[in-house]
Amino acid sequence: MSMEELIDQYFRPGRLPHIWCPGCGHGVVTGCIVKAVDKLALSKDEVAVVSGIGCSSRASGYLDFNTVHSAHGRALPVATGIKLADPKLTVIVVTGDGDATAIGGNHLIHAARRNIDMTVVLYNNSIYGMTGGQYSPMTPVHAKATTAPYGTIERDFNVAELVKAAGATFVARSTSFHAQMTTDLIAKGIAHKGFSLIEVVSACPTSYGRQNKMGGPADMMKWQRDHGVPMVAYEKLSAEDKLIKFPIGLLYEVTDAQEYTEAYEALIAAAKGGK
Amino acid sequence: MSLKIHLNRCKGCGICVAFCPKQVLAVSEVEKVEIVDESKCIKCGQCELRCPDYAIFVEK
Ligand SMILES: Cc1ncc(C[n+]2csc(CCOP(=O)(O)OP(=O)(O)O)c2C)c(N)n1
Ligand code: SF4
Repeated sequence: MSMEELIDQYFRPGRLPHIWCPGCGHGVVTGCIVKAVDKLALSKDEVAVVSGIGCSSRASGYLDFNTVHSAHGRALPVATGIKLADPKLTVIVVTGDGDATAIGGNHLIHAARRNIDMTVVLYNNSIYGMTGGQYSPMTPVHAKATTAPYGTIERDFNVAELVKAAGATFVARSTSFHAQMTTDLIAKGIAHKGFSLIEVVSACPTSYGRQNKMGGPADMMKWQRDHGVPMVAYEKLSAEDKLIKFPIGLLYEVTDAQEYTEAYEALIAAAKGGK
Repeated sequence: MSLKIHLNRCKGCGICVAFCPKQVLAVSEVEKVEIVDESKCIKCGQCELRCPDYAIFVEK
């Protein structure tokens, strides 16, 4: 299917243009989700998309699947309920860096710890876009935000390392520039049985870009191109370069860990059998 | 015509213009994409791949 046909097929009719600002990377990431679903030949009814609140979380309203636009930070508990009620569903969580790691941070580590089979696409624009550019736990230290006019003094989360330590079994990073890689990683994350998180570095030209003098939308995409380095090449960078660049691609995967809904079904079977 | 544009979706961000390797596109005065010279298009698909608004497609 052509990209135009994919948009017609998987977007709710009459919802475009979307509300994202000119040059916002979130549209590219959402396009990648649609391409990944199509790649796996999943029907609309087999997929549930759950989001929290934020510019990124608006994606659930555009997509023509089973969708829930939940409360801020609460996409994962809602998604967990859906997955437990019907483990056959492919559950995709759409979230922002603020939604997932600030107000929703506790849900994130526990969903990862349980290794429940779902795929989190974390749109990381390094800021609270929707509410006017406050810093999030993923705003790089020293970067500016409306709540940090001199640059934030808080150290930022490396969400990939965070969920890996918490128990996630598929962890990847990409950018809205590396669109084909993003599609590929989302498809792999969906196919992976267990908790998958794909961090996609997105661009918020309106808030983050403007406050940090990163130029326009195209400049922000070029920044992603120049700073996102495939894991193998990243390992070979100098210590200095490692600080300003970041690794992309599949960062971590284990396939033999216990998945939560399977453990739960086994428990139900055992309880019913009177064991 | 190999380029298909949905003007109602375009917000004039200029990403397609910046990534087109053949200077086929421009942003017009009304902040929408416009085709400058379609004969130069090599159908590489950069504009379609990078457009955040699903506003430009390359018909193969
Ligand atoms: C309980 C609650 N607290 C605060 C808010 C205000 N709020 C809305 S979106 C948002 C942050 C969104 O940031 P992020 O998740 O990074 O998404 P982005 O908008 O950057 O895509 C906040 C704090 C809210 N809607 N609900
Ligand atoms: S405020 Fe930022 S994240 Fe939100 S739509 Fe605009 S550019 Fe995108």
